[in-house]
Amino acid sequence: MRRIGVFVCHCGINIAQTVDVEALSEYASHLNGVVVTKHYKYMCSDVGATLIKDTIKEFKLDGVVIASCSPRMHEQTFRRVANDGGVNPYRVEISNIREQCSWVHSNKEQATEKAKFLVRSAVSKALSLEPLKPSTLKVIPEALVIGGGIAGIQTSLDLANDGFKVHLVEREPSIGGHMAQLDKTFPTLDCSSCILTPKMMEVANHKNIELLSYSEVASIEGSIGNYTVKIRKKPRYIDVDKCTGCGDCATACRLKDRIVSEFNQGMGKRGAAYMPFPQAVPLKYVIDDKKCLFLTKGKCGDEPLCKKACAQDAINFDQKEEIVERKVGAIVVATGYDVMDPTAVYEYGYDVSPDVITTLELERLISSSGPTKGEILRPSNQQKPKSVTFILCVGSRDETQCTWCCRIGCMTALKQVYLLREKLGEDVEINLCYNDLRSFGKGYEEFYRKVRGLHTNMFRGRPSEVRTMKEYLKIDIFDTTTNKLFEIKTDMVVLVPAMMPRTDATEFARLLHLTLSGDGFFLEAHPKLRPVDTFVNGIFIAGCCQAPKDIQDTVSQASAAASRAATILSQEELEIDPLIAMVDEDVCTGCGICVEVCPYEARTLNERKRIAEVNDALCTGCGGCIAACPSNASIHKNFTKKQLLNMVDDIM
Amino acid sequence: MSEEKKDHKKEDFEPKIVGFLCNWCSYAGADLAGTSRIQYPPNVRIIRVMCSGSVDSMYILRALLEGADGVFVGGCHPGDCHYIDGNYKARRRMVLLENILGTLGLEKERVWLRWISASEGQKFADTMKEMAEAVRKLGPSPIAKHWNL
Repeated sequence: MRRIGVFVCHCGINIAQTVDVEALSEYASHLNGVVVTKHYKYMCSDVGATLIKDTIKEFKLDGVVIASCSPRMHEQTFRRVANDGGVNPYRVEISNIREQCSWVHSNKEQATEKAKFLVRSAVSKALSLEPLKPSTLKVIPEALVIGGGIAGIQTSLDLANDGFKVHLVEREPSIGGHMAQLDKTFPTLDCSSCILTPKMMEVANHKNIELLSYSEVASIEGSIGNYTVKIRKKPRYIDVDKCTGCGDCATACRLKDRIVSEFNQGMGKRGAAYMPFPQAVPLKYVIDDKKCLFLTKGKCGDEPLCKKACAQDAINFDQKEEIVERKVGAIVVATGYDVMDPTAVYEYGYDVSPDVITTLELERLISSSGPTKGEILRPSNQQKPKSVTFILCVGSRDETQCTWCCRIGCMTALKQVYLLREKLGEDVEINLCYNDLRSFGKGYEEFYRKVRGLHTNMFRGRPSEVRTMKEYLKIDIFDTTTNKLFEIKTDMVVLVPAMMPRTDATEFARLLHLTLSGDGFFLEAHPKLRPVDTFVNGIFIAGCCQAPKDIQDTVSQASAAASRAATILSQEELEIDPLIAMVDEDVCTGCGICVEVCPYEARTLNERKRIAEVNDALCTGCGGCIAACPSNASIHKNFTKKQLLNMVDDIM
Repeated sequence: MSEEKKDHKKEDFEPKIVGFLCNWCSYAGADLAGTSRIQYPPNVRIIRVMCSGSVDSMYILRALLEGADGVFVGGCHPGDCHYIDGNYKARRRMVLLENILGTLGLEKERVWLRWISASEGQKFADTMKEMAEAVRKLGPSPIAKHWNL
C-alpha cells in the first residue's frame, strides 16, 4: 500500500481567499492511499519545506502531492524538497490550484469543489508514479550566439572570456547591429562607435570566437548540452582571405553611388561592391548579388571593373552558398528588432515629403561618417533647416499599431534635440510633440532637465496630421497642457517610430521552437525570475528580440544570458529528466508505427528481437509514440496511459 | 431522448469539461490567464500532458464515458509545436475520433481541439467561456454515467 502525503499551500491569501484550504485538506485526508495532509501558508518557504521533509520522515511517505501554484513554477523546488526528505523526486505530483483555480474563479464554493477534484486526480496519479533516476548527458562546451548586434557581441565576449568557444552568426556582412548606426548614445553622449568599435575588434581578434558573418542559421537539432546547428554561409563573391579591405573594387564598381545604402537608412548611396560602413568587422568587402550587373545580367561591360581593379585577385564570382555544421551545448539568441515603417501612420506623410524622416535617419545625418559628413541638411533642398519638429510615439502606445512603449523614443528625441542645438546653435527652432516623456533610467531625468533648458517648444499631444506645403511642412497639434490648438510651420519633421519584432521572428521562432509573446517578441520563461531563459532548455534570449530596451539594459541582459549559458557549458555532464518513452518488450509486436511517428528519430526497430527500441539520448518525451502504439507497448515514464486514465476517472 | 433526460436540460445544469493541455503552449496559456486574473467558469478541470499529440483518443472517450459533458484538447498553433509536429498528430486523430463519437450517439461538438499559445491567456479564458456555454446548450452528455456528482 502506498503512503501519500498531501500538502496544501495557502500561497498567502492567493489560494486561501478563494479555496477553502482547510476543507480541501480535510477532503484529501480521506482519499485512497493518503496517510497525512498538511496545509500551510507558504509551502515553498523554508518552513514549508521543513514541514514537508519532517512529515515525510514521520509518516514514512513514499509519494507527495503538493496543491499549490503551477508545476511550471515550483515543480523543481518541490522535487528537491522531496528528495531531501527521502522521497524519489519523480514521485511528486503538483496540483495546480492557483493559476488554474483560485486566480481564475471568484466563487469560493465552486473553486473549493474544483480544487478537491484536482487534488483527487493528482493523488490518483501519485499512487502509480514510479521512482526514476535522471539520466546524464555529455555537454559540448561551445556556444552559438545568433545576432551580432551589441547584445550578441557582449554575450560572445563574456563567454569567450570565460574560456568557452563561441560561434557568432551574423546575417549582415558586418557585426555591429543598430548601435553601429548611432552617432551618440544617451544620456552620457558617448560616441556610439567609440564604445562599440573596440568591442567589435575584440570579437574579430578573440581566439575563442569564430565569427560567421553574412551567414544564417539553417537548422537546429538536438537538445540542451548537445545541439547540432547547420549554418548557411552566403557567398560574398570576395575571397575574405585575400581581401585587404582597400576599397579599390568599390571605387571601380560601375554602380558606384547608385544603390541605396541600407546602413545609412537610405540617406546615402553605395555601389554593388561595398563595405557597409568604414568600421565594419570583418573589414572585408562584399558584392551585392541582387544588384551587381555581372551577377544579375551575366555581363558588366567587357569585364567586371572590380575584378580588374583588385590587386589581390580576391574577386571570385564562382563562390557558392555553403552549409557548415557546428556542435554546441548552449545557444543565445540576440536577433534584435526592426524599426516600424512609418508609412503605416500615413497621416504623417513619411512617403509624401522627403523632409519627413525617422530618428534613425537623422542619426545618420548627425553622424560625421554619415552621408552628409555630419551636416544637418534638409533632404529636399540640402539647406540647413530653420525649424525641426519631433513627433514621438509614432506607432508606439497605439492600439492600431504597436500597443507597447518603445522605451528609447523619448530619450532618443531628447538626445537628438541636444545634438541639433550643438550643431545648429540658436538658429534653429526645435519643437517636440510628446504624449508623456518617460525618462526612467539612471541619469535620464537629469538629461531631460538639461534639454529642457535648450529653448525647446514642448507640446503635449499627438499631431493630427503633417501637411506638405510648397516650402514647408504644417502640423496641427492640440496641446493638452494649455488646451490650445497650435499650428506649427516647420522645415523638417523627425518621427520617432515604434520598435517591432523582426519581420521573420515567427519563422525564426519555429526554427528554434521558441515561444512568442502576444506582441511578437520572444517570450522569456518567467518575466521576473527567468528573464533570459526560454521554454527550450539550453536556449537563452538577450536584447531587443525579447522586448524593446535601451543599450544599458541590452548589455546587462546579454551578460546575464552569457552567464546562464555558462552554467550549462561549465558542467561536464548534465542531468536530464527521465520522463521519456520506453518499450514493454513483452507486448511490442515490432509493427514500427512508433518509428514512423517519432520526429526525433529516437525510435528504431531491433530486427533480431523484433521489437521497437528507444534511444534515450534522442527521446524528448513528447509522448507521440505512446498515443500511436496500437498494442500499448509504448510507455511514457510517469505519463503512462494507466496514470492518465486514473486521473481522468478521478477528476470528475 | 427520454423525458427524464430532457428534464436535466434545465438552466442550472453545470457542464463538466475535462481539458488536456499541452505543457508548452496551452497549459502555459492557462497559467497566464491565472497570472493575469482573467476569470472564466470553473467547469473545466485540467490535466497536463506533454504534447497534444500524446493525447490518446482513449483518454477522451474515457472522460466522456465517465461523466464528462465535453472534452477540450489544447495544443500549440500549427507550426509552433514544441515537438515539431505533435499538434498535427492531434488534429488527425481528432478527425477519426469524430466518427467514433457519432456511433456512440454523441455530438462531435462535445470535443474541442483548439490552438492556444503560451501568450494567449485571454484566448484561453474566452475559449473556456465559449465552450462552457456551448456544452450547456447541448445539455448533459447522454452517455454520462454519474454526471450528477
